[in-house]
Amino acid sequence: MVTMDTTVPTAMPRPIGDRRVLAVRVIWLSAFVLALTIVASLTVGASGTSLFAALIDWASDNEIGLREQVILFDIRAPRTLMGVLVGASLAVSGAVMQGLFRNPLADPGLVGVSAGAGLGAILAIVLGGLLPATIAALTGIYTVPIAAFLGGWLTTMLLYKVATNRGRTSVAVMLLAGIAVGALSGALSGVLVYMADDTQLRDLTFWGLGSLAGATWGKFAVAAPLILLSLATTPFLAKGLNALTLGEATAEHLGIRVQRLKNIAILTVAGATGAAVAVSGGIGFVGIVVPHLLRLAIGPDHRYLLPASAFLGATLLLIADMISRTIIAPAELPIGIVTAIIGGPFFLYILLRNRGILDM
Amino acid sequence: MIIAQNIGVSIAKTDILSDLSFHAGAGQLTAIVGPNGSGKTTLLKALTGELPYTGKISLDGDDMRSFSTAALAARRAVLPQAAVLAFPFNVLEVVRLGLLSGLHVHDSDLPQRALKHVGLAGFEARFYHELSGGEQQRCQLARVLVQVWHPVRDGKPSWLFLDEPVSALDIGHQLEVMQIARDFADQGGSVIAVMHDLNLTAMFANSVALIAGGRRVIQDSPENVLTDAHISNAYRCNVQVNATPNAGGGAPYLLPHMASIRRA
Repeated sequence: MVTMDTTVPTAMPRPIGDRRVLAVRVIWLSAFVLALTIVASLTVGASGTSLFAALIDWASDNEIGLREQVILFDIRAPRTLMGVLVGASLAVSGAVMQGLFRNPLADPGLVGVSAGAGLGAILAIVLGGLLPATIAALTGIYTVPIAAFLGGWLTTMLLYKVATNRGRTSVAVMLLAGIAVGALSGALSGVLVYMADDTQLRDLTFWGLGSLAGATWGKFAVAAPLILLSLATTPFLAKGLNALTLGEATAEHLGIRVQRLKNIAILTVAGATGAAVAVSGGIGFVGIVVPHLLRLAIGPDHRYLLPASAFLGATLLLIADMISRTIIAPAELPIGIVTAIIGGPFFLYILLRNRGILDM
Repeated sequence: MIIAQNIGVSIAKTDILSDLSFHAGAGQLTAIVGPNGSGKTTLLKALTGELPYTGKISLDGDDMRSFSTAALAARRAVLPQAAVLAFPFNVLEVVRLGLLSGLHVHDSDLPQRALKHVGLAGFEARFYHELSGGEQQRCQLARVLVQVWHPVRDGKPSWLFLDEPVSALDIGHQLEVMQIARDFADQGGSVIAVMHDLNLTAMFANSVALIAGGRRVIQDSPENVLTDAHISNAYRCNVQVNATPNAGGGAPYLLPHMASIRRA
C-alpha cells in the first residue's frame, strides 16, 4: 500500500482532469475488497463449516476433521479460485472486446465466442458417447470443458478469417458475422438438444445457465494456465486500445501496430472466454457491467480499466456464487440466473442514469 | 523534404489519384487545394502511409515504405478531418494520447502547454464529447502538437499533416490555428494542410498544390496558383482574384461572383 502514490511519476501538482491517482486508488481498493471476498467465500457455504473454526482448531493443535478438510480444501478452495479466474477473465475479455470494437456494448458473447463454446459443450454432452474409446479415455471428465474451449476458439478463428481481408480486420464485418455464427450455433445446439435424452437435458440446462458447482482442482488445472496466459497479455494491450479509441488510422499514426494489436486482442478474448465458458457455462453480464461501472468511476484509460476489471469482475462473481449456493441451500441456484437477476436491472439503471455519457 | 513521384491510388478498382507528383519542403506550409472529390484527402492519406499507393514517396531522402510504424510516429503527426471518440475520455486524456509516440513522455506538463497553445486552457477536465465541433478540432490539434512538439528534432524537420484543420472554426480561431501551423513551419518544421478556404491558403501557405480529378494541375507559390484561370477551371466557377491592398501583403484574395457558377 505504501507504493500507492509513487506508481504514477510526479513532477508537479497534478492538473485538474487527471484521473490517474484516483484510478490507482480504485485498483488497490478493489484488490483489497477481492481479498476480503475470497475469505468470505471460503467461510460461507451450505455445510456451515467455517474457515475460522478450522483455523482455530489448527492453531490450538486439534486435528482438523476430515469432513472440514474436504469441504474447505477440496470443495470451497477450488471453487473460490475458479470463481476468481472466471470472474476476472469475463470482465477483462469484456473490456478488451469493447476497446477493440470501440463500442461500450460489445461483449465476447457478441462475436460468437460464447455461442461457439456452447455448441462445443453441447456436442460433447450429447454425442460424447460416440467418441473413439482412446480419445474418451484421454479426455475423461474434461471432455465437455475441452470441447467448449475448442468450439469457442474455432468460432473466433472462423470469424477472424471472414472479417479479415488483405491483412485488415473489419470490426463491422466481424460483429455481423458474429451474429450469424451465433444464430447458426444456436440452431445446431437446438438440434442436439432435440436429440438429447432426459439426463443429458438436465446437464445441458445446468451448464447453459452457468455454474461454478463443478469446480475441482482438476478443472482448475485445465483452465488456469489458459486464463492466466490470456490475462498476462493485457498490460501490453492497454496503450494500443487507448489509441484505438481515436480510430484505427489515428492509432497507427500514433505509432501503434494496429493489426498486431487486433490479433493479440482477439486471441486473448478467445482464450479467456473459451476457458471460462468451458468450466462454468454461460455467465452473462459480468463482461458488460464491470467495465461500464469502472469507466464511470475512473474513466476509460485501459491501463487502469483492465486490472481494475479483473479485480472487480472476480469480486462480483464470487459474491454471485455465494448467493447462488446459499440462497436455496442445500440446493443451488445456477450462478447465471443470479448474475442476470442482479446484472440486468443494474445495467438498465446505469444506462438510464448515464445516457449523457454513453450517448456518443 | 517529401517528394512524391507519379503516385497512384485506387480504391475498389477506381483510380482516385493517377500519375500525381507533389513536393513539400522543410520550413514551409504546403497547402493542397482542389474541389470536392478531387483527391485531396486521398493524397494526404497516401503521404501519411495510410493508403497503399503505386509510385514513389520519399521522406527526407528515405523511401516512405522503409519506415516502421514507430519511426514514422516519431517524425510526423496527423490531424484527421473529424474524430469521434468511442469512450468518455476528458480533454486532458485525449491530448495525452499524443505522448504514445514516446518522444515526450517525460515532459509531464506538455499536454497542458499544448492546450494553452490552442486556446483550451482550463478545458482539461471537460469530456471531449461534450465540446463543440471547433473545440474538439482544437483539442485534436493539441494532441497532434504533443506528438511532434519540436519543429526540428535531431537536425531533421518534424512533419504536421492537417486535413482541413479550420473547417469547424470561426474566423478568429481559423486565423489562430493557421498561425500555429505557420509558426511551426517558420521554426523549421514542415506542414502539409488540405485546405478549402483559398483566402486563408493565400495568406498562410508558401506553396500551393492545386489538384482536380485526381491529377495535379499546378504546384507553385500562391500568387502563381491562385489565379482567375486556374480557379475558374478547377472549381468550375468564376472568381475575381485581386492583390491584398495592405502594404506588406500583396497576397492574392478572391471575390466570388454571385450567379457566376458555371454549369458544365
